[in-house]
Amino acid sequence: MSESKEVILELRDVTSAYGNIEALKGISLKVHKGEIVSIIGANGAGKSTTLMTICNIVPTVKGDIFYQGERINALGSEVLPTMGLCQVPEGRRIFPRLTVTENLEMGAFFRKDQAGIKDDMERAFEFFPKLRERRRQLGGTLSGGEQQMLAIGRAIMSRPKVLLLDEPSMGLAPLIVQQIFKIIEEINSQGVTVLLVEQNANLALQASHRGYVLETGSVVMEDDASALLSNSDIRKAYLGE
Amino acid sequence: MDYFLQQLVNGITLGGVYALIALGYTMVYGIIQLINFAHGEFFAAGGYMGVIIISYLSAQGMSPVLCIALGLGLTMGYCALLAMAVEKVAYKPLRSSSRLSVLLSALGMSIFLQNGLMLTQGVYDKAYPTEMTAGGFHFGNVVVSYMQIYIVLITAALLICLNLLVFKTRIGKAMRATAQDKVMSALVGINSNKIISLTFAIGAGLAAAAGIMVGFYYGSVNYSMGFVPGIKAFAAAVLGGIGNITGAMVGGLIIGMVEIFAAGYLSSEYKDVFAFIILIAVLYFRPTGIMGENVDDTRV
Repeated sequence: MSESKEVILELRDVTSAYGNIEALKGISLKVHKGEIVSIIGANGAGKSTTLMTICNIVPTVKGDIFYQGERINALGSEVLPTMGLCQVPEGRRIFPRLTVTENLEMGAFFRKDQAGIKDDMERAFEFFPKLRERRRQLGGTLSGGEQQMLAIGRAIMSRPKVLLLDEPSMGLAPLIVQQIFKIIEEINSQGVTVLLVEQNANLALQASHRGYVLETGSVVMEDDASALLSNSDIRKAYLGE
Repeated sequence: MDYFLQQLVNGITLGGVYALIALGYTMVYGIIQLINFAHGEFFAAGGYMGVIIISYLSAQGMSPVLCIALGLGLTMGYCALLAMAVEKVAYKPLRSSSRLSVLLSALGMSIFLQNGLMLTQGVYDKAYPTEMTAGGFHFGNVVVSYMQIYIVLITAALLICLNLLVFKTRIGKAMRATAQDKVMSALVGINSNKIISLTFAIGAGLAAAAGIMVGFYYGSVNYSMGFVPGIKAFAAAVLGGIGNITGAMVGGLIIGMVEIFAAGYLSSEYKDVFAFIILIAVLYFRPTGIMGENVDDTRV
């Protein structure tokens, strides 16, 4: 999908903190409608915190977060999915003692259109046929890759406009990672904007339109993904050269 | 043999009552990891509100069955609202505090509610209109009173409804999701405060039903009646595996049976001791209880 210039999600100089410990130190970033944008950086750079701050799980201390032109700093975390802003958090956080089907149903918790929910469940099963096989199994009994599929499936059950994805490749075999990234690109091509956090910078940038580099809670670089991929500093620091 | 069967009937009856109370402990624990020590007071409040409503309705000339049904419904609703208010005042402000603070708040709430009941209702026992449910069936020497049949049927109906609610409905699934991961449940759009409030309401409603049944069974209620059954039901919840709904039901039945049989065959003076012996033994030998962690999927 080509980039339009409409900004759908924007962080302006956002500082957030866990208690007294400052986690983000004035981050600004923009995501345009239809893009895949990735945030890369080392462990502890604040990548996951950025997503948790957008969803108001970690409170914003300073700065503003705008989604579709509306300031969302003070909105409850549980309101955001109803507006189309949805996160697949780090570690996937599958409900371990709900079945696969129930986990998917929870993704559509706030929706009332039963027929649409059914269609979307079918769509999730088409994306991930493994989940259909395991639909009566408890979430906690799935393998890591299946849990990641379920987490993404659960997210698309909410019909998101913007999908925040935290480390979808974590702990998975390369083949599964490829499959997951293919599906992320497919979801994007169906019109869902994606903000992706990844330690696997190479993979993330290859799938993305643009990228941000985070170091200890601050953005140190932003550019088109292809430019970042060919940047020698980035290659040295994050692409293992 | 007759004696044994009679005790069995009594044990099932009492066990059902304990199960109803134990569910409130276990559900609240499952969702916010709080032992709600004020839970027994909802049982007592239910016992009182029940007799007030049922006596009133009966004085209006309503039939006994209708009196009990309506009294049960209204009382459960009253205690549900009471529990939601208690949660809002005493627990919600402490959501991010340590577990000990909330526990102390619960103890304080228990004292407050018990004394509130004493001040408004007096220190003397209040009699239940037991003549409404007098009589029973005789099987040889075994007597099954109508009241026991009422208790078992009402308990069974409530347990089935609860199971359907928790395991089949959208809201029940949201309750389980919230119990399992509050952050993630917020990320899918579940308002955990509402779910927590609802959990308190359901638990208190069940305890209120138990309060009415105990009132009819023993013939009277007292302002301090919540304490001992409350602790026994807590023992039942721990025995079943705290946080586990099926466990609470099973634990309640076991504690009720043990108490009745101990009273019948050993010594009725020591009947209260056995629930606590079980509690101590469970905590010592198997702290996760019968259906504790990782055994099955019926935890909330």
